[in-house]
Amino acid sequence: MSSAAFIVIAIVTLAGALAAALLSRLIHAALCLVVAFFGIAAFYFLLGAEFVGLVQIFVYVGAVAVLIVFTILLTRRDADSDRTFNWSGAVVALAVFGGLVSAVLGTPALAVTAPAIDALTVRRIGEVLMTDYVWPLQCIGLVLTAALLGALVLVMEEKR
Amino acid sequence: MSESVDQIFVLAKQWILSWLAGAPEWVTQIASSLISISAMLVVFLTLFAGMSLFERKILARIQNRLGPNRVGIFGLLQPAADGIKMLIKEDIVPARADKVVHFLAPIMVAVPTILALGVIPYGRNMTLFSIDGGILFFFAVGSATELAVFMAGWGSNNKFSMLGAMRAIAQMVSYELPLILSVLPVVMIVGSLSPDAIVAAQSGYSLGGVIPHWFVTTPWGAASFLLFFIAGLVESNRTPFDVPEGESEIVAGHMTEYSGFKYATFFLAEYFGMFAISGLAVTLFLGGWHAPFAFLWFIPSFAWFFLKLGALLFVFIWIRGTLPRMRVDHVMNFAWKFMLPMAFTCIIAAAVWHFHTRNVAGWLWSAGIVVVVYLVLSRLLETRRRFAPRVYRFAEE
Repeated sequence: MSSAAFIVIAIVTLAGALAAALLSRLIHAALCLVVAFFGIAAFYFLLGAEFVGLVQIFVYVGAVAVLIVFTILLTRRDADSDRTFNWSGAVVALAVFGGLVSAVLGTPALAVTAPAIDALTVRRIGEVLMTDYVWPLQCIGLVLTAALLGALVLVMEEKR
Repeated sequence: MSESVDQIFVLAKQWILSWLAGAPEWVTQIASSLISISAMLVVFLTLFAGMSLFERKILARIQNRLGPNRVGIFGLLQPAADGIKMLIKEDIVPARADKVVHFLAPIMVAVPTILALGVIPYGRNMTLFSIDGGILFFFAVGSATELAVFMAGWGSNNKFSMLGAMRAIAQMVSYELPLILSVLPVVMIVGSLSPDAIVAAQSGYSLGGVIPHWFVTTPWGAASFLLFFIAGLVESNRTPFDVPEGESEIVAGHMTEYSGFKYATFFLAEYFGMFAISGLAVTLFLGGWHAPFAFLWFIPSFAWFFLKLGALLFVFIWIRGTLPRMRVDHVMNFAWKFMLPMAFTCIIAAAVWHFHTRNVAGWLWSAGIVVVVYLVLSRLLETRRRFAPRVYRFAEE
């Protein structure tokens, strides 16, 4: 049951990602990327990491995808089929993929069976974030606040 | 007796499932899901039909006219007539439209709202899709709506559609923050993201069963409820925040190029979104399916839920009949300068209430915090307002 679900999700995710890389109209590519995002969220659900899956949808579909789509909309005057196949991109992608595969296959951790972990509940994530990882959390909060203020300063109207 | 009335739908489902007693487990699982989903769709489609009629009736009453009264008694068959009209209308797709995106947009708008309805507890043991992070699920699927609105606006290849979609996304993104922040105090106090746990935390009564332990009876809860309701009005694009589809300016916003059943789907998504937001408000602040007084326990839980839902929907209609449309920049200013600070205040007030061991002193302290911040904030925003001749910034340059 779960392996069948894995294959279906994998096909959908890869098809979405491939379409995002190959389609000639940028908006279509961005929308196909959203399909890939949903596929990755489905993987998290399959692995029992419900919270991470929900946050994946929330952040990537709700925010990142909207941001991408808006960027395309606001910067391109005419986005009609001016996107051709980019060989250098393909070469770089294949090189990165090869590097990752060799790194993954080379790790000794793959041979060891993973120990069973208890269910990743929202409560546990909250507790760990508020105790062990409270400093990283605060630092990220600071960085994001600074980014928010920076964005505000950038778009503020100039005084006349 | 009343116990079985309360559980009548749960028992009915178990009875239907008992026919499949010998079947393998996955068949039972799929059958169980299908029963739940179809029950939910039937209930909410009926509610949708009823709401579309009663909205017109109530608006007519507010505007001193009669409203639909020709089809059936009191116009009760009007929704059926409307539905048939929508179905047999010609489906027009603009020649320069992006056909696939144009076709997918109405579906993408409707799916998240239907999914969001799944996590709300409609009564005792009546949550269709009970997961640990139910509240997060609600907002995660809700955030997919923005993309769907964009697809509608962009796929139509029409300037009004695009303008409407831009306005809709701008206002939805801005108000998502206060919407979620106003939920945060409740999540913080309950210590869980599951709607069932939140409803369970609001059981019990004070003063001999007349004051329910709903979160709306606490100062921070009342303030968050108002913020949540306002943000919910914006998220469902209802008056006075219906700038995205402002008829007098941009035809119908992102729905301009849609006709027939696709338009009906947008309409349905808007109403389902309204049901979902109201249902979540009932769950979070109005005690879910709990009775308002202890001696009314014999009325079934789902009846209370739908009574509260109906009351909130009536307020939606009431506001639509009463308030004029806000200007876009006012909507945005309101979100960032008032809603956001107030939402943060609610979080602090809730914490104070909690650490005062939830007693009367804590109640008064948190009420004090909310009121003081409200007064200071409204005073500041008032003095900042400058009255000056209107400036046409983009028209004259």
